[in-house]
Amino acid sequence: MSLITSTIGQGLLWGILGLGLYLTFRILNIADMTVEGTFPFGAAICVSAIVHGVNPVLATILSFIAGMVTGAISGLLYTKGKIPVLLAGILTMTGIYSVNLHVLGKANVGLLNNQTLFNSKFLTDLPDGFSSVVVGLLFAILLVILVAIFLNTDLGQSFIATGDNEKMARSLGINTDNMKILGLMISNGLIGLSGGLIAQNSGYADVNMGIGTIVIGLAAIIISEVAYRDISLTARLVAVVVGSILYRFVLLIVLQLGFSTNDFKLLSAIILAICLMLPLLEKKFHLRKAIKKGTDRP
Amino acid sequence: MNKAILELKNISTTVNPGTKDEKKILKNINLMLNDGDFVTLLGTNGAGKSTLLNVINGSIIPSSGSIYLKDKDITNLSEVKRAKFIAQVFQDPKLGTAPRMTVAENLLLATKRGQRRSLHLRGLDKQLPKFKKETAKLPNGLNQRLNTFAGNLSGGQRQTLSFLMATIKRPDLLLLDEHTAALDPNTSRDLLELTDQVVREQKLTCIMITHQLKDALHYGNRTIVLKDGQVVLDAVGHERDKLTEADILKFFAN
Repeated sequence: MSLITSTIGQGLLWGILGLGLYLTFRILNIADMTVEGTFPFGAAICVSAIVHGVNPVLATILSFIAGMVTGAISGLLYTKGKIPVLLAGILTMTGIYSVNLHVLGKANVGLLNNQTLFNSKFLTDLPDGFSSVVVGLLFAILLVILVAIFLNTDLGQSFIATGDNEKMARSLGINTDNMKILGLMISNGLIGLSGGLIAQNSGYADVNMGIGTIVIGLAAIIISEVAYRDISLTARLVAVVVGSILYRFVLLIVLQLGFSTNDFKLLSAIILAICLMLPLLEKKFHLRKAIKKGTDRP
Repeated sequence: MNKAILELKNISTTVNPGTKDEKKILKNINLMLNDGDFVTLLGTNGAGKSTLLNVINGSIIPSSGSIYLKDKDITNLSEVKRAKFIAQVFQDPKLGTAPRMTVAENLLLATKRGQRRSLHLRGLDKQLPKFKKETAKLPNGLNQRLNTFAGNLSGGQRQTLSFLMATIKRPDLLLLDEHTAALDPNTSRDLLELTDQVVREQKLTCIMITHQLKDALHYGNRTIVLKDGQVVLDAVGHERDKLTEADILKFFAN
């Protein structure tokens, strides 16, 4: 039971990263590698702040702001510096690694008995594993609503138009460079926040905790798209969080099947590769038809 | 009465300056457009028609010369800033609309052309009756498809939508870059008729690039022919009425 609740909690917290990645990967149509630096940066800032006595709520907000800063750096390199976006992200990510070491002072810092969002009195009274579900749900709902509202403003619509058709956006007077920077900032803000929350939940920040995070975010997005087709943008935001939870369950099952945690990243990559190829495989082997045929049988 | 809307003074453009591929596209173009002019622009491939339009819309900055719009120097204004005054329809239907946004969402973006985009809620529902009314005037049933993603429309529908987007907020200057060239003959005819009707009704100032000599003489009040980056014919009024396709063809010969 506690294994399932903690899986859901993890899914919700990682879902915020998925939400952030969705803004760049699907709406702006760019692969933003900054993620792998932003996530540990958010975690490092949050943990370091808490260890220095900062209130956990404020520390969590700081992790969001930290993410916005890394997003802005990548955005400026990409738009004003004319560096290809993949490379801009990698440069930021590489640079942040050193910054993280400075922030933490060493490779790994634990929270020990410091107050976090997850161990307030009310939450520790709940059964094991529930604190991450409650906090995760709270943040996921709040952030989905905020992002959905943003996308429905004039600014949000201009942001979507920029990713959809840049030439048209410019001809309508939308400053596409600014929209890309803004999108990268909000996206990385969410990713930094996700890092801060996960660090608090697991009780430490590690400079290497960013490795593979982009795959986790992409998995949430792709699973949501395979599971739910043709839904509205707002529903898609919810679906990405659901996709993140589903992905955690896939990993749980894999683990229960007896695979070692050392193989996690390899398995994640394989699962994601298969999911990304699904539309192609479907066409080639008429998968959907076969599935339908199989389920139609009495 | 004949107020100048657009004025180009000694416009020249050079591609690859300083290299051995250096080439002059536009050579000292001088042009004045009056309020309400509907210009059809002709020229062989490479004559500089699209470059001229790009210089006007701001996506190419000329290497020399200056551009005035309503007596205001806009030579150094970016394409984004010029969008407040200038609307465009491109040749490729894919370029004019956002494919993953609905018809209504596309129109909403266009009603705010050139305006500051803020964190105000977009207010789509409030505009829907207006969009329904505007699209009902168009030939190909767009009013039934307001909630369809633009990417799912036919080329003709997308181009009609692009045209409506360009004119839904009245521009000081409308630029049409062979906007019917990618369509089948009937759809192309419908859109040209619509263009003519809207430009007349709203008394728009417009430059339309075309390759059809017949259309060039049939529509508009003024015809300009570009050759090797220079204006070789600029006919208006009586002079233009007397023009025949054969006359224009002479300019295309080497």
